[in-house]
Amino acid sequence: MNITRRHLILLLPAAALAWEHVLAGTPEASPNYKLTEHWWSMLIDIPKCIGCGNCVRACQTENDVPDGYFRTWIERYHVEDWGMENPIVDSPDGGKNGFPPSEHIGGKNFFVPKLCNHCAESPCTQVCPVGATFITPDGVVLVDKKYCLGCRYCVQACPYGCRFIHPKTNTAEKCTLCYHRITKGLTTACCEACPTGARQLADLKNPKDPIHEFLRTHSVQVLKPHMATNAKVFYNGLDGSVR
Amino acid sequence: MNSFKDSGHIFRLAAVFIVGLAIFVAVRALLVPRSFGKYGHYRGDAIGEIASRPVNFAGHQACEDCHADVLTKKTAGKHARVACEACHGALSNHAADPASVTPNKLDAAVLCARCHQANTAKPATFPQVQAEEHSGGIACDTCHQPHSPVIVAEGKK
Repeated sequence: MNITRRHLILLLPAAALAWEHVLAGTPEASPNYKLTEHWWSMLIDIPKCIGCGNCVRACQTENDVPDGYFRTWIERYHVEDWGMENPIVDSPDGGKNGFPPSEHIGGKNFFVPKLCNHCAESPCTQVCPVGATFITPDGVVLVDKKYCLGCRYCVQACPYGCRFIHPKTNTAEKCTLCYHRITKGLTTACCEACPTGARQLADLKNPKDPIHEFLRTHSVQVLKPHMATNAKVFYNGLDGSVR
Repeated sequence: MNSFKDSGHIFRLAAVFIVGLAIFVAVRALLVPRSFGKYGHYRGDAIGEIASRPVNFAGHQACEDCHADVLTKKTAGKHARVACEACHGALSNHAADPASVTPNKLDAAVLCARCHQANTAKPATFPQVQAEEHSGGIACDTCHQPHSPVIVAEGKK
């Protein structure tokens, strides 16, 4: 096809309009949802976790997580009598299909579900060179796939190992705290699928959320508090050996 | 005016800088999305795009709207707090179109064992069995009703 100067001049406004459409982006999906009225977090009750792997499978179904990669996973800890500093940890396929009987006899054994801690001061968002990852005004750390270059800075910056590079898109991927669900008034897929209530989505800005009473009355910890990330995934009954 | 006498080259250089700056500003305005910087140093519209992803797990509320009978049975039993999709799987398709999308039949042997197969790392208070010893290969739902699994002895009701 030959494009004459006249054609080009006619095409330019059309191209400008198309570009305008790209710049304008997609409108908000949930019009009644107010970003500033929420501050999302999660509560994980270790003594309730049975390591069934429901959360891992639910997350994969809900978010199309590729096999062998995890937005959430379960670790099994085995701690000998006083071997706090050297726990034996296993997580076969992220605990997706549950756990086989333990090879270790005695000691202390328990499961620890892990996911993005949605840190208020997250190291991953601070290192992104292009502004592709960020914390939303309602406290969820997200990745803008259209902006991500796949440079992997954030993957190595996360102290909790919660990010990976998607093998197909080559962009950073992580737990979105099921942002597409919580903005519609649903709970996350992992919390929905958890049979024992070991995981609970919590809104710290909602004064009626049971999280406040729970945090007041239990010994709750976050992972790696010395990293000063202001993590928002709270663990009840967390053992000192957990890293 | 003597001070400007031999300064033509400075003005030319300044002109090049100004033109360069103008091009930079124009290109930047063209390439940076409108919503960039709306909430912070990122594209504000990304939030809406991520939020617009379709849902797979309908949520137990959606199930309970239709299956009130199961809810009544379940609330009375030990599985009261287990959400429907914890066993039945993601069923938002079924919730959206109950007539044409029917949930798969579940395999009790796999499902029950997933939670109740004994494992030393499970909390001691959680009911666990060695499936082989416990039932000798008989399917769990021969004796236990999944929605209300405690077996009530005859005449004890």
